[in-house]
Amino acid sequence: MNKTRASGRTVGGLRTLSLQAPAVTLLLLWMLIPLGLTIWFSFQRYNLLMPGMTGFAGLENYQYLFSDPALWSAMGTTLLLVGWVLAITVVGGTLLAVLFQQDFAGRGIARVLAISPFFVMPTVSALVWKNMMMHPSNGVFSWVAETFGFQAVDWFSSLPLTSIIIIVAWQWLPFALLILLTAMQSLDEDQVEAARMDGAGPVAIFFFITLPHLKRAISVVIMIEMIFLLTIFAEIFVTTSGGPGLATTNLAYLIYIRALLDFDVGTASAGGVIAIILANIVAIFLVRMVAKNLED
Amino acid sequence: MTIASTKQDRAAPPQSLPKGSPLGSIDTRRLGFTLLGWTVACLIFFPIFWMVITGFKTEAAAIADPSLIFSPTLESYQEVQARSGYARFALNSVAVAFGSTLLALLIAIPCAYSMAFLPTKRTKGTLLWMLSTKMLPPVGVLMPIYLIFRDVGLLDTRTGLIIVYTLMNLPIVVWMLYTFFKDMPRDILEAGRMDGATTFQEVLFLLLPLTLPGIASTGLLSVILSWNEAFWSLNLTSSKAAPLTAYIASFSSPEGLFWAKLSAASTMAIAPILIFGWMTQKQMVRGLTFGAVK
Amino acid sequence: MATLELKQITKRFDDTDVIKGIDLEVNDREFVVFVGPSGCGKSTLMRMIAGLESATSGDILINGERINEVGPAHRGLAMVFQSYALYPHMTVEDNMGFSMRLAKVPKEQRRQKVLEAAKILQLEPLLDRKPKALSGGQRQRVAIGRAIVRNPSIFLFDEPLSNLDAALRVQMRIELARLHEELDATMIYVTHDQIEAMTMADKIVVLHDGVVEQMGSPMELYHHPRNRFVAGFIGSPKMNFLDVSLEEAGPEGVRIRLPSGRDCTVPVDGSELAVDSPLELGIRPEHLQLDDQGPLSGEIQVLERLGGQTSLYVQMGELVVTIMADGDVAHRVHDMVRFGFDPMRAHLFNSEGTALPSLHQHPLAGLTRRDHRQAAEGSNQ
Repeated sequence: MNKTRASGRTVGGLRTLSLQAPAVTLLLLWMLIPLGLTIWFSFQRYNLLMPGMTGFAGLENYQYLFSDPALWSAMGTTLLLVGWVLAITVVGGTLLAVLFQQDFAGRGIARVLAISPFFVMPTVSALVWKNMMMHPSNGVFSWVAETFGFQAVDWFSSLPLTSIIIIVAWQWLPFALLILLTAMQSLDEDQVEAARMDGAGPVAIFFFITLPHLKRAISVVIMIEMIFLLTIFAEIFVTTSGGPGLATTNLAYLIYIRALLDFDVGTASAGGVIAIILANIVAIFLVRMVAKNLED
Repeated sequence: MTIASTKQDRAAPPQSLPKGSPLGSIDTRRLGFTLLGWTVACLIFFPIFWMVITGFKTEAAAIADPSLIFSPTLESYQEVQARSGYARFALNSVAVAFGSTLLALLIAIPCAYSMAFLPTKRTKGTLLWMLSTKMLPPVGVLMPIYLIFRDVGLLDTRTGLIIVYTLMNLPIVVWMLYTFFKDMPRDILEAGRMDGATTFQEVLFLLLPLTLPGIASTGLLSVILSWNEAFWSLNLTSSKAAPLTAYIASFSSPEGLFWAKLSAASTMAIAPILIFGWMTQKQMVRGLTFGAVK
Repeated sequence: MATLELKQITKRFDDTDVIKGIDLEVNDREFVVFVGPSGCGKSTLMRMIAGLESATSGDILINGERINEVGPAHRGLAMVFQSYALYPHMTVEDNMGFSMRLAKVPKEQRRQKVLEAAKILQLEPLLDRKPKALSGGQRQRVAIGRAIVRNPSIFLFDEPLSNLDAALRVQMRIELARLHEELDATMIYVTHDQIEAMTMADKIVVLHDGVVEQMGSPMELYHHPRNRFVAGFIGSPKMNFLDVSLEEAGPEGVRIRLPSGRDCTVPVDGSELAVDSPLELGIRPEHLQLDDQGPLSGEIQVLERLGGQTSLYVQMGELVVTIMADGDVAHRVHDMVRFGFDPMRAHLFNSEGTALPSLHQHPLAGLTRRDHRQAAEGSNQ
C-alpha cells in the first residue's frame, strides 16, 4: 500500500545522501571537467605542435571547421552510416525476432548463434570481415562470387562505406534482435489467441498485435544504437582509416585525425562540441522515454 | 524415401485447407521454421565460425580457396603466444575489465541500494541524470581526457583505463542493479532491520545473497563492455597497457596479414566474452536498455 | 509489561499529510486493531511504531519512554509482515534465529529458543525446510515464530492474514487469539478487514484519511458508531443510509419523516439540531425486518439465499436497501415487500455525518474481549 511512498530515511539507518555520494560525485566530475574543458578548448588557439600559438580564438575554430569541406563530408558519412545501419538492424531485427520467437527444433542454440556477433570486440569483427570475408582475392565473398561466375568485388576500394555499413550492421543486428526478442516474450499470449479467435492470420497478427507491442522497444533500440553509431570509430580505424580519401571518415574519425594526428586541440574540441550536441538531440528523446518508464 | 514422400504429403494440404486455418500444417510449419531459423543463424554466425576454423589452419591454407577440409594445427596459437606475447595483452584486458567492474560494483551497490530502498523525490532525477552522462560521446571529450591523462601520467597505464571504464560503465551498472534491487521485496530487508541488522549486515546477509544472479549478470555485462571497448583503449594506450582490442587492431597493418595468426588471436580474445554473453543475454537487456525493456 | 503511547503523531510524505495528528494509548496485554480502508494511514502508523519510518512530529512512547530516535531493533518490538518477509535463502530454523545470530547469541542457546517457539507453533518438523517448500499457513506460522523468538514486549502484525485463503484465515484468526492468551503480550494488528477487527480486538482504532475516526471496543463501535464513516465501515453487510427530513427535535428524541411519508421517533439527543437540517437515517441490514405493517416498502431486485439467512436487495426509489432476513422467507425477485425497524436500533447522522448521541447505552457496548472470553467460555457465542 505505501510501498511506493518513501521518505528516504529510516530511524537509525544510513541516509540516502551518503550512500549515493561516491557515485554521484565521480560521475559529476567525469562529466563536468571534460565537458567544460572541451568547450573551453574549442574557443582557444591550441595546437600541441605549435606551442607558442595560444590564446583566445573566439569562434575561429568553429569558422575554420565549418568552412572545411571535410566536416560536411564527415557529417554526411556519419548520417549515411547511422541511417543505413539503423534501417538494416531495426527491420532485420524485427523480422529475426519474429522468426526466433517461433517454436522450432534447436531454437535456443540458433538464437545464441544469432546474437553472438554482438559480443565480438569491434576490432576483431572489422578485421575478420576485412580480411577473411571481403578480401578481393582470398575472401569468402570473392570465392562465392567466382564460384557462381561473377566478378569478385574489391569491397574496400570500390564500396568502402557500404563495407563499413555491412560490418557495423552485422554487429548491431544481434543487439536489435536481442532487445526485440525479449520485448516480444512479454507479449500476452492471450492477446494473440484472442486475435486468432477474431480471425486474424499471421500477417494481421504481426501488424496489429506484434508491431504495436514492439513499438516502444523499437524506439529504445533506435535511440541507443544512434548514440553508439554516431561515434563509430574502431571499425573505421582498423579497416579503411577513413579512406579512400574521406569516403569513410565520419565525425568521430575526423575529430580523431584533428586531435591525435594533427594535434590541433582547438579544432578537435570544436568538433567534439558538435558531436556532443548531435548526441544530445537524440538523448533528449531517449531520456524522456526511459523517464516515462520510471513512473510505474 | 519415406521422409521425402511425407514431406510432399504434408506440404500439399495447406492449399486445400480453408484460409486462416493453420491446422494440419503444424509439422510443416515447424520444419520450415527450423530450416529457416537455422539457415539465418548459421549465416549470421558464419564469420565467427570461419575465424575459429581459420585459426586452426596453416598460413598457407588460410589464404587458399575457402575449404572445410584441412588438417588442423595449433601452430598459429603457439606462434601468437611465442612471437607477440599475447599473454601480456590478455592480462591487460583481464586486469582492466575485471578491475573496472569490481570498482564500478563497489561504488554502485550502495548507490543502487539507497535508490531502490530509500528513494527520495530526487532519486528519479538522479537516475536520469546518470543515464544522460552516457550520452556524452567519447570523441567529444577525447581531447581533455587525453591531455589530463598525459599531464598526470595515466597515458598507457592500466590504472588510467580502469578509471575510464569504471566511469563509463557506472551509470549502466547503477541502473541495472537498481532494477534488480527494486524487484526484491522491501519487506525482507525491513524484517532484517527489525531483527537488528545494521545497514551493512542487511546488504551483506540479505540483499547480496538474494540478488546475486542479478549482480553477477550486471558484473558480466560490465566486463563485456570493458573488454570490447575500443575507442579509449586505442587512443589512451600504446604498448604497455594495451588490451586485446588494441593488440588485434595492430593486425590491420600490412605486415599483420597473417590470417591464421589473426584468427587464432581473435578466437582467444573473444571466446571468454562470447561465453559470458551467452550466459547473461536475458538479464543484459535490462542494463542495455536502462530498464526500458524487460 | 508493555504500554504504548502516541502523542500528536504526524507523518508527511513529500507534500501529502498521511497521518494528521494521532493520539493513542495501548494498554498492557491489550489486543489493539488498526482498521480502515486502504490508504487511511494504518500501515504507516504501524511502521512508525516499528521504527521503519520516522515520525514527522509527535512522540512515540513505550513504557513511558520516548523512543522516536531508537532504531527498529532496539525498541523491543517484533513485526509480522503481510508478505511474511521470510528470508528465502535460509531454513526455517535460520529464519527464526537470525535476530539472535546478529546479536551474537551462542549457537546452542539459539537453537534452544528456536525449538521453544517452534513447539508453540507446531513447527518442529519443518525446521530444516526453506520457505519455498512451505504452504501459506506454514509460512505464516514461521513469520510469527520469528517474532516470538525475539521475546518482544509488543507484537506488530501488518495485515498478516490477507494472503491466506478464506478457510485458513478463519483458522489463523483463532490461532492468533489463542497465541495472544498464551503469550500474554501486547499486540497491535493492522487490517482492512472489519471482521478480523471485530473478532480479535480488545480495542479497535478506526482510521480514515490519517485521523482516528473512533476508538473503542468492538461492540461499542457496532452499536454506537460516532459518525457515518464508522457506521458504514463496521458491520457486514454495510449499514443502509436513507435521507430523511426532520419533523421535530428535542433532547428526548428526534421525530423524522421517512421517504415513505410516515413518521418515526428515534431515541437520540436532538437538542443541538437546527430546524430543517438534513438528516440521514442509518439502519443495519440485520435490524430491518420484513413486516406487512412496516413503514417502508420496495421491490426486491436481487435475492441471495445463504441457507440460514437470506439477503434481500430492495429497490426503494433511487436507493437499494439491503435486508438480512430469515433463511425461510418465501419471497421472489420483483415481489413488493414492506419492512420496518426498531427505532432503538436506528442511528441518525447530521449534515456533517456525525451521529446524534444515543439516549440508551447498549448493554454490551462496554464489554471488552477479555470479559467476553471469560463469560462466553464453553458457550457458543
